[in-house]
Amino acid sequence: MSEDLRAPVAFTVMAVLLAIVGFTQSWSVSLSVINLCIISSIMAIGVNLQWGYGGLFNAGVMGFTALGGLTAVLVSHDPIYEAWDKAGIGIVISTIIFVLSITALLFVFRNIENKQIRNTLIILIIVFSLIGINNFYGPSIDIIESINPAKTGFLGGLGLPIIFSWLIAAVVAGLVAWVIGKITLRLRSDYLAIATLGISEIVIAVVKHEDWLSRGVKNVSGLDRPVPYEIELQQSEWFLNLVERINFSKLEAMQSLSSRQDLLNDLVIDSSGIFVKLCYAGLFFSVLLLIFYLSQLALNSPWGRMLRAIRDNEEAASAMGKNIFAQHLQIFIIGSAIIGIAGAMLTTLDGQFTPGSYRPLRFTFIIWLMVIIGGSGNNLGSIFGGFFIWFIWIEAEPLSIGFMNMLAGGLEYDNPLRMHLLGSAAHLRLFIMGLLLLLALRFMPRGVIPEKIQKK
Amino acid sequence: MENFEFINAIVLLANFVIVPALSYGSQLALATLSLTIIYGVLRFSNFAQADWMSFGTMATILFTWLFQSIGITAGVLPTALLALPFAIIVTALFCLLIDRSVYSFYRKQKSQPIVLMIVSVGVMFILQAVVRFIIGPNDRKFFDGEKYIVHALDFKNYFGLEEGLTIKSTQLITVIVALIAMISLFYFLQKTKLGKSMRAYSNNEDLALLSGINPEKIVIVTWVISSILITTAGVLYGLDKSFKPFTYFNLLLPMFAAAIVGGIGSPIGAVIGGYVIAFSEITLTYAYKKFFVYLLPENLEPSGLMQVLSTDYKFAISFIILVIVLIVRPTGIVRGKII
Repeated sequence: MSEDLRAPVAFTVMAVLLAIVGFTQSWSVSLSVINLCIISSIMAIGVNLQWGYGGLFNAGVMGFTALGGLTAVLVSHDPIYEAWDKAGIGIVISTIIFVLSITALLFVFRNIENKQIRNTLIILIIVFSLIGINNFYGPSIDIIESINPAKTGFLGGLGLPIIFSWLIAAVVAGLVAWVIGKITLRLRSDYLAIATLGISEIVIAVVKHEDWLSRGVKNVSGLDRPVPYEIELQQSEWFLNLVERINFSKLEAMQSLSSRQDLLNDLVIDSSGIFVKLCYAGLFFSVLLLIFYLSQLALNSPWGRMLRAIRDNEEAASAMGKNIFAQHLQIFIIGSAIIGIAGAMLTTLDGQFTPGSYRPLRFTFIIWLMVIIGGSGNNLGSIFGGFFIWFIWIEAEPLSIGFMNMLAGGLEYDNPLRMHLLGSAAHLRLFIMGLLLLLALRFMPRGVIPEKIQKK
Repeated sequence: MENFEFINAIVLLANFVIVPALSYGSQLALATLSLTIIYGVLRFSNFAQADWMSFGTMATILFTWLFQSIGITAGVLPTALLALPFAIIVTALFCLLIDRSVYSFYRKQKSQPIVLMIVSVGVMFILQAVVRFIIGPNDRKFFDGEKYIVHALDFKNYFGLEEGLTIKSTQLITVIVALIAMISLFYFLQKTKLGKSMRAYSNNEDLALLSGINPEKIVIVTWVISSILITTAGVLYGLDKSFKPFTYFNLLLPMFAAAIVGGIGSPIGAVIGGYVIAFSEITLTYAYKKFFVYLLPENLEPSGLMQVLSTDYKFAISFIILVIVLIVRPTGIVRGKII
């Protein structure tokens, strides 16, 4: 098939698949899948910028996603004034000590030549800051965590609308990426992979265990929403009228007034759910379009050409006077910021922040699959990959249960082998994912929608 | 009792820091060695290595169950040690199967290391699925035989100390088996013809091919050695603690950290790195309060736990050490010699 035709065909297939889910399961399910597909696509674009444009292997996608989620909580949750009054000062002081000691460390590291003096100073700074932080930090977090632990027990957030967090998440993730990039980007490519793998585990450890910040594994739920609540919709006049008008013919066909009213009630409840999901889909889709548009602009600009030149031949680009490290750092920050946005969007969609649910397979390696199978270096490919892989990830479970049932067809109902097969069906999705990746790498190494090679 | 304060403090430290770190370090060193061998000869960072560890351990557990069901045990030693050689054979065969069907294609194409790394992510998925499919995702203990060599209570009574020292038999087995494995590996690499040709191949592929070294043979030997090391490491870790696929997967980061800290590609570095990471993880997360209570006079006794980092941040420690080494000495402790 000609490469120009691949994108339309791929997206048509995807639309048909989603429509099949809509018709056979329900439109509500289909819309939930679509919403997560869109978020996955945004993450995939972020990774694609780093890998496809810059050739950087970021194995810490999960960490940036969680940072985005944390930002969503810290921006949107109401502040817990009691906690701030009683112990906020301790947290503030320990943060100041932390920042000061890092600055001092950097200063000593850069400006003092004598090795002995430098090492003594470094050790002194670390010891003093540890003592200082321990004095303020420990007691304060005990106080904060003891304030109404069943409901809050943390400092809360800023109480702003959650939609702001999407932007702030980009800044937070970008800042963290800047720090990591500074340390690792000068080194060989696989060091970056391992360092990002490490930083993502640390981010997860922090959000899981620092209860004063994120409530840890107790989760933060009931975050506010950028879209209306179902219950509000069901009570509002205009929504009732809208549902009535859309389903006019169905309602007319009803004989009695009471059955008509019952049907209307059911329809209102169903469509309020769908309406909310549509609102989310609209919001997410606009973000996706914006990010896609901007990345395309970037890709086709001189800056994008320079990045690809660096990716394809570092030595040559360096000989042309391009600063490879600075460009890598830029693209690493931008990609991570986009992943951060997607992370905040995910937490917004869930309405809750659950640190325990961040697993590297789900949040790092699946995203990688999306980029590679979709087509690295092509943003449309990443969007397709996001949709396709997420769809498979969701639908793999019912499919594998069906497959196992078929395998175990001839066995007795309580046969241990049959029980084992059915019980393990969920793990088959990992197998499918691995197989897809290996097959794609082998037979379609440039992905479903490959990067366009521009010739002049 | 007054005079024994110092000895008590030392015993306390030995019990909670030195002995556990020594055995964890040996396990990590073996695992890192296998990662390093793959890296040195096949030239890619194998993300699936932690899952090979799960696979090998799973095979051992299955053989252990088989032996136990037909009544074969190793007496005071864990049955798993008898099962280990069989499990190694299964793991090595599976490694070779995966190599034939997956990796060899990219080797012939002379793909970039980073492509092989991504391929190993695919293998990682498959292995995770296989392990979870066969044995399930839950925690499993497969230790049998004598549990303690030195029991805390006996130790206390015998020496009349306040602190007891416990040495689990798994800890001693770990150290002995790890030592045997390391010595034989270094003997193999330095003294045998095959080991020398492996080093030559790792050092300069073209030159090695010119001198008539058969690359296919080297690849097979590499996978076999890697399987031996990783299965042994996994079984020792599982005997000491327990087997759970997710926990094993999480060992990937300490393994990589140890490999880089020691100097990636260098076997001696891998061993050093393994112990460095293990000792730092345990010394930095141990609460030293009791230790100082023994050593310092009463008015100077510390009020806090005297813990540098809470145990929740074990990952952070491997990472911090990794970062420090990357900044201060990017080549690692033993400068990056290949094998």
